[in-house]
Amino acid sequence: MSDPLLHIKDIHIDGFSDERWHKIIKGVDLTLHRGQVLGLIGESGAGKSTLGLAAMGFARPGCRLTRGGIWFDGEDLMQASESRKQTLRGARIAYVAQSAAAAFNPAHRLIDQTIEATLRHGLRPGDDAAEDAKALYAAMDLPDPETIGLRYPHQVSGGQLQRAMTAMAMSARPDLIIFDEPTTALDVTTQVNVLAAMKDAVDRFNTAAIYITHDLAVVAQMADRIKVLRHGEEVEEADTRDMLTNPKHPYTRSLWAVRALHKPSLREDDTILSINNVTASYGTAPVLHDVSIRVPKGRTVAIVGESGSGKSTTARVITGLLPPLKGAVQFHGDTLPPALKDRSRDQLQQIQMIYQMADTAMNPRQRVSEIIGRPLDFYRGLKGKAQAQEVARLLELIELDDSFADRLPGELSGGQKQRICIARALAAEPELIICDEVTSALDQVVQEGILKLLLRLQDDLGVSYIFITHDIATVEAIADEIVVMHQGKVVEQGPKEDIFAPPHPAYTELLLSSVPTMDPDWLEKVRQT
Amino acid sequence: MHPILTTVLQRLAMGVITLFFVSLIIFSAVEFLPGDFTEAILGQSATDETVAAFRAELGLDKPAYLRYIDWIGAVMQGDLGQSFSGRSASGVDRSRAVADLIGPRLHNTLFLALMTALVAVPLALFLGITTALWRGSFYDRSVNAVTLTTISMPEFLVAYLLILLLVSLNPVFPSLANIDADTPFWERVYKSALPALTLLLVIVAHMMRMTRAAIINLLASPYIEMARLKGLSPATVILRHALPNAWAPIANVVAFNLAYLVVGVVVVEVVFVYPGIGQLMVDSVSARDIPVVQACALIFAGTYILLNLIADIVSIVTNPRLLHPR
Repeated sequence: MSDPLLHIKDIHIDGFSDERWHKIIKGVDLTLHRGQVLGLIGESGAGKSTLGLAAMGFARPGCRLTRGGIWFDGEDLMQASESRKQTLRGARIAYVAQSAAAAFNPAHRLIDQTIEATLRHGLRPGDDAAEDAKALYAAMDLPDPETIGLRYPHQVSGGQLQRAMTAMAMSARPDLIIFDEPTTALDVTTQVNVLAAMKDAVDRFNTAAIYITHDLAVVAQMADRIKVLRHGEEVEEADTRDMLTNPKHPYTRSLWAVRALHKPSLREDDTILSINNVTASYGTAPVLHDVSIRVPKGRTVAIVGESGSGKSTTARVITGLLPPLKGAVQFHGDTLPPALKDRSRDQLQQIQMIYQMADTAMNPRQRVSEIIGRPLDFYRGLKGKAQAQEVARLLELIELDDSFADRLPGELSGGQKQRICIARALAAEPELIICDEVTSALDQVVQEGILKLLLRLQDDLGVSYIFITHDIATVEAIADEIVVMHQGKVVEQGPKEDIFAPPHPAYTELLLSSVPTMDPDWLEKVRQT
Repeated sequence: MHPILTTVLQRLAMGVITLFFVSLIIFSAVEFLPGDFTEAILGQSATDETVAAFRAELGLDKPAYLRYIDWIGAVMQGDLGQSFSGRSASGVDRSRAVADLIGPRLHNTLFLALMTALVAVPLALFLGITTALWRGSFYDRSVNAVTLTTISMPEFLVAYLLILLLVSLNPVFPSLANIDADTPFWERVYKSALPALTLLLVIVAHMMRMTRAAIINLLASPYIEMARLKGLSPATVILRHALPNAWAPIANVVAFNLAYLVVGVVVVEVVFVYPGIGQLMVDSVSARDIPVVQACALIFAGTYILLNLIADIVSIVTNPRLLHPR
């Protein structure tokens, strides 16, 4: 085989935090040939993005490349001058960032940003580059490719921006593109189209790519080879099909295992909460239309749908944060006052909430004992020693030892923070807990732990859950019943097995068929149908 | 109508309402001043009858709300009233219109403000951008050290240090800025150089540091990283990608400092005996020349409101979300 396009040998990268240098990447090798796509997977903090950026000879502020070699098309980037690297970046190596909404400059039109690198590097004249950008927009399946470039970033949707960014990376016809979690922020129904557009583009121009993600099913569609990273070290690397069917390392197998979590659904006729014909709006913008949902006692109802479908708004109506315009919420058959301030303390105690961002849902200045102790005092009147004992018991319940009581949120990992939030909800001894995307911000292995904990707590305490999520694998793992929501309406509701079994209403069909599977040919099949 | 125009008109209306409330505050504040013009002129030996007669002549015997209505009514018709000074208890009236008193003084103050601003604003922007570009360098640290020093010193001290340096030790500029309406343009500039330089040293620091901070604040944004990964030079990254998003905070601090050039210059005017509006106001307060005090205060308030309005408009028109709604 010819010389590799990119060759990284024994690279070491340090990052500066907490007043000292830490090792982020500890001696990783990487070889990529022209036209090849390498998938980099691993949990957050594994060093995937850092390694991806190193392929451009770039270190984020607060990071430094300490040792090793990076050769791009035979040229040593560790030795190259900054201005030499500038001539490569954007021209021969391009980057596609995770959040297109943040990576587009709000002050400039899309077209100007799309062809900026091409113009600055003097690769084509302006008119030519602009015409080419329009062709790329069309290839990316963007609406109105002739004029969409004249819009500003805030005037197009997230999925469209992500495609425009791929067009931006393609504009200079680079030899290598670094995709850094480009679909993580998108809804699944949008993700399919973006993935297909990116794969097409890479195939058409025979561009090599490094595809960084934490989603196995996504990487299975995009990559020829997969490299697994953990704590800045390589775990293993193999061809995609080998890796999927026969992962060698126990860590890789543990990543694979999460997706296999499945809970058989149980029926229950006793209703704990029902939402009857609720219509709600923010100001004059209607959000929910005639929504009715039934939650069986001691079971889990998963509300699924894409962003903007009204999932979280439903939770706000249940908790009384957003009084509905029409309809009512009944708890054990009794109608709850629509507004939070009119509800009694008992009514408040029965329904608790856990949030997506455990980080921002806790006061960073309060210790765990105070965070959990507050609802103990407020709802159950426990103070002093009794409170401390109850905090210890709750910590044990969520599988943490009582030394955590003295910690501040900043001293906890993501999974531990979410566990503390669960303990805080349990402290009120509620009958119903609303979980709003509680595992979305967590790594897969940590997600598995949280889901198993929630299931065990349901078995032990008989608590009911409303589980708001956009992730079908999570639904598979935890739900008894499913509510599918789309554009503020309930598409269907029923036991999990019934919803998953065809025939489906059109939207459910679209939603289910958009979820990538571990089959590397899945994307091809979806595109053909 | 374009939404921007609507917003601007709304702000303008709000400004007028604010000005109205400010006029109430000014009037009541002046009411709280101990003594009045009659006592200041006639002294303590005057009989009660004389004082009362003089008050009646000046209209000071009317109740406060009537005097306020008279005043604000006249102001709305563009009439700032007659000054008290020049009038005496004997009935001789050599007073002048407030507008005639303030006019030349305001002209002088605006001349000094404009002259300072024309140098200070571009200089501050240039320093702010270049220090952000080369942050951490020797240049950055020196500029920061110097501006921190000038911002920390009281302005009268800066003024006297400049007199020491540029008048006593090296006679370059005159220490007294005694200009009048007939002074030719370049002589005006020359005589106003020291007060302008003092003001410049005070306001450049503030504006430059804010510009630098506003730009550096944006450098951690993903779109700045994206610009770097496109292989753009550091200068292009700052000028094309950071600066357009930093105008709002910069416009605010510039407006604040320009307003200061008009309303806050009294100390500098006193040191250099510069015949500006600040001195006029202070003199009028001690003489209890109420119509002049009120007119000056109203002009100051109007300047503040107008400049802040301009800053708001700059923030709006540099924000594409507002300029190009969905």
